[in-house]
Amino acid sequence: MGASQSAGTEHEFQDLADRTGFSLEQIGNINKRFRQLSNNEETLSREDLASIPALDNNPIRAQIINAFFDKRNLHQNETGTVQEIGFEEFLMVMTHFRPAAMGITEEERENLRRDKLRFLFNMHDTDSDGTINLEEYRRVVEELLSKAGTIGQETAKAIADAAMLEVASTTRGKMEPDEFYEGITFENFLQILNTFDIETRMHVRFLHMDTATLRCGKSK
Amino acid sequence: MSLSFLERGLLLLVMLIFLEGTVLTLGAASSPDISAQDNTGGGHDRRDDHRGIAGSHEQTNYTYTKKAFPVLSLDYHHIQVPFEISLWVLLASLMKLGFHLIPRLSGIVPESCLLIVVGLLVGGLIKLAGEEVPPVLDSNLFFLCLLPPIILDAGYFLPIRPFMENIGTILMFAVVGTLWNAFFVGGLLYAVCQIEGTYLSQVELLPCLLFGSIISAVDPVAVLAVFEEIHINELLHILVFGESLLNDAVTVVLYHLFEEYSGAGEVTPMDVVLGVICFLIVSLGGIAVGAIYGILAAFTSRFTSHTRVIEPLFVFVYSYMAYLSAEMFHLSGIMALIACGAVMRPYVEANISHKSHTTVKYFLKMWSSVSETLIFIFLGVATVAGPHAWNWTFVSVTVILCLVSRVIGVVGLTFIINKFRIVKLTTKDQFIVAYGGLRGAIAFSLGYLLNKDHFPMRTMFLTAIITEIFFTVFVQGMTIKPLVDLLAVKKKQEAKRSINEEIHTQFLDHLLTGIEDICGHYGHHHWKDKLNRFNKKYIKKCLIAGERYKEPQLIAFYHKMEFKQAIELVESGGGVKLPSAMPSQVSMQNIQPKKLPPAVAERALPQFTKGREEEIRKILRSNLQKTRQRLRSYNRHTLVADPFEDGWNDFLLKKQRMIELEKKMSNYLTVPAAPPDSPTMCRARLASDPNAFYNIKASSEGVPTIQVDLASPQSPDSVNMLNEFSKRGAKDQGLGQREVATRDEDQGLMMKPSSAGKEEKGEEEGGNKNPGLMRCLSDPGPSNEDEEDEPFLP
Repeated sequence: MGASQSAGTEHEFQDLADRTGFSLEQIGNINKRFRQLSNNEETLSREDLASIPALDNNPIRAQIINAFFDKRNLHQNETGTVQEIGFEEFLMVMTHFRPAAMGITEEERENLRRDKLRFLFNMHDTDSDGTINLEEYRRVVEELLSKAGTIGQETAKAIADAAMLEVASTTRGKMEPDEFYEGITFENFLQILNTFDIETRMHVRFLHMDTATLRCGKSK
Repeated sequence: MSLSFLERGLLLLVMLIFLEGTVLTLGAASSPDISAQDNTGGGHDRRDDHRGIAGSHEQTNYTYTKKAFPVLSLDYHHIQVPFEISLWVLLASLMKLGFHLIPRLSGIVPESCLLIVVGLLVGGLIKLAGEEVPPVLDSNLFFLCLLPPIILDAGYFLPIRPFMENIGTILMFAVVGTLWNAFFVGGLLYAVCQIEGTYLSQVELLPCLLFGSIISAVDPVAVLAVFEEIHINELLHILVFGESLLNDAVTVVLYHLFEEYSGAGEVTPMDVVLGVICFLIVSLGGIAVGAIYGILAAFTSRFTSHTRVIEPLFVFVYSYMAYLSAEMFHLSGIMALIACGAVMRPYVEANISHKSHTTVKYFLKMWSSVSETLIFIFLGVATVAGPHAWNWTFVSVTVILCLVSRVIGVVGLTFIINKFRIVKLTTKDQFIVAYGGLRGAIAFSLGYLLNKDHFPMRTMFLTAIITEIFFTVFVQGMTIKPLVDLLAVKKKQEAKRSINEEIHTQFLDHLLTGIEDICGHYGHHHWKDKLNRFNKKYIKKCLIAGERYKEPQLIAFYHKMEFKQAIELVESGGGVKLPSAMPSQVSMQNIQPKKLPPAVAERALPQFTKGREEEIRKILRSNLQKTRQRLRSYNRHTLVADPFEDGWNDFLLKKQRMIELEKKMSNYLTVPAAPPDSPTMCRARLASDPNAFYNIKASSEGVPTIQVDLASPQSPDSVNMLNEFSKRGAKDQGLGQREVATRDEDQGLMMKPSSAGKEEKGEEEGGNKNPGLMRCLSDPGPSNEDEEDEPFLP
């Protein structure tokens, strides 16, 4: 599964493999795909991702694409966005979708959960202020229902409000009428999605098994 | 107290059993040979003895002499069959009642065991009376009448999402596991039979294999009965249950294959190939037949908007016909039924009214419950009745082999399956799956169907089957619950589905599909997404009436949730919530950003004090509450609770405890309305803090009406509620006349002349856009609660 580059990348891959936990074959595959998307350049831009035809039907495609360019997902402690990403950053984003390995400890599982939920949180929290306020949440729901026509748009607001209310109720409990709930913090987010077994649901199988070709069928 | 309950319960049971026994003896006695005409000694005496039941004197001779005109006569023969059927059903239902009156017993022993014991007792009584026990577990009766309701119930309410996620595992267990079991048990039994000294050498290989295939199938009825009581986590439940449903195809093929060729005495490789083809045809054909009928049912339900009362009938009849059609071709009837129920459900539910939906649900539950009870009782009776040929070797080897093969099969398969699964099956899971492989009445019926001439050892087979069934149901059934507790297996989480989870489920689906697309990988999510889009584009348009097909799942879920909230609010009588008691009192004010949009601020809202707000709310509430109290008396809280409702009921109780009345009305009604909120916010306030709702809606004449965007298909109750308050103030008690309507509540009960107005209102505002409202208004009848179930499509 060699890359189409010099042997120097083998060493890089190994380094990446150690850091991210992917196997060498998986990294090789992802690298191939990266090259394919970026037209064999070194970096990937938003337009490259936006040109994938299959993404057109996806209601949240804008957010997905943004997630790749969001610094917070690149395991760096910065905020803001970048315009282009290299292979390493591409891989970093993909690490969020690794499944839970068997036999991991409770602590590792908890970390995995936090990691994945953090990814989701960052997708919602577009202004990077650490909380998801009502406007942002509304936008999330609107995007989700964006393919549903006018009916969707009108109820989107209502749904977002109800959801926000639910979060506030579960996390803050009783509030005085003049208190203001600023938004969903990451801790609240963890709390409301407590029963959501995200560590098993948020994974992409492709990354789990080695595949010889990129366009394979069902990996089950 | 409990002791007298216990006594009472036991007395009741014993009395019922005796009653049943005697009447059935009576019935058995009046068989066709003994017509009303004769008075042969035996039959007649018995009839005289049991006169207490008849309470009349009988006409016993048909001589042509003029006799007195018979004022009262007994003609049991005339109504015998339906009477006995009803009596059995009554017995089954009363048994069910009885068991729950004895709390301690029902905690230790699963219901299925008790029912078998009852069957044994009844059979014993009948035998004691000297009569022949009726062949109650006749295969035709079983397969055509008793089994379909249970399977339909299972199929209609099958949780599609976990089923599909685990379909690979389930299929592996069902197909490969059953094959392994059949051959292992059959083969080893044959080997044992060949051993000298067991006197079984006349048992051929093929009958052994046939026996193996009959006994190796996990039985859905038994699994359902036992697993229902242990509340195990969803994954394990769906694995074992799914396996029990899908192994029907394998069993059918194996059974027919071996039965055909037992006469010939050998099976050629050609036959094996044909067998495999047959398997594919049986299973896929069954599913296809079911799917066709399911689509037909969905299509029919599209046009039922004017005849709501017969809607449930379509569901039942189409499903039953699917089953019968599949059985006609010797395809797998069970799979047809499952496919039919699963296919039709999303579309039918979108089309039929809520009352019909409730009817379907409760009829299915009722029928399947009675069926299950009857099956177990009949198993007991058949045990007493059937000719037995006990053979220690055969029976004990069977039992042991079944256990061993199951364990080996499960462990081996899991080893292979875990390589492909994300959520691996732990040892505990494997143990439960292996231990939960119960055998049941299907095995017995299949054995019963065997032709006596071709299979001389049929009685021995039947005995072994019954022993195996008893062993699994009694031993495994009784011990599985303590074992589950002992092993600390994860139990079912009774979590309420929250809107946040729903949003994120959808979000995650799209996210994962997107990532898969970016990776260029056509995985699981990609295909699911494609299926959903295909469904939305073409299928839903055909099968769902009105505009509802455009409704995305999230919205549908949200509406259901709101609806429930509205109902519970109505039922609570809009009671006041004392701040201290309610832990989560958050109103929309807390969430809304503090600064109002400029357009609204221009309205120059007066700032009224909190105290005033409180009072206004209370006034409005109190008036509403009076009307609610009338509504409340008609609510049915007696239906089977489901997890969602349980939570609501607690909530309701809390609210009902906190009712206050205030009388100050006049001075607070000149307050203009607050800025229009999205209806959710109103209702959300309502749910969490009823006070808030009325605050906004405080109005009287001359106050600007609330601008609600009625173009959206919101919960009709919100539309009505808002209209209510914008039209009339809280001032008059006449508020009672225009009840706040929840979807179904008032329709049959409270609709006074104003209802006409409301309907019109619904039409002119909603028409096309409030199809939900139209569905409710067009459906008369007593009200019922709605309930939570799975969203339409995964």
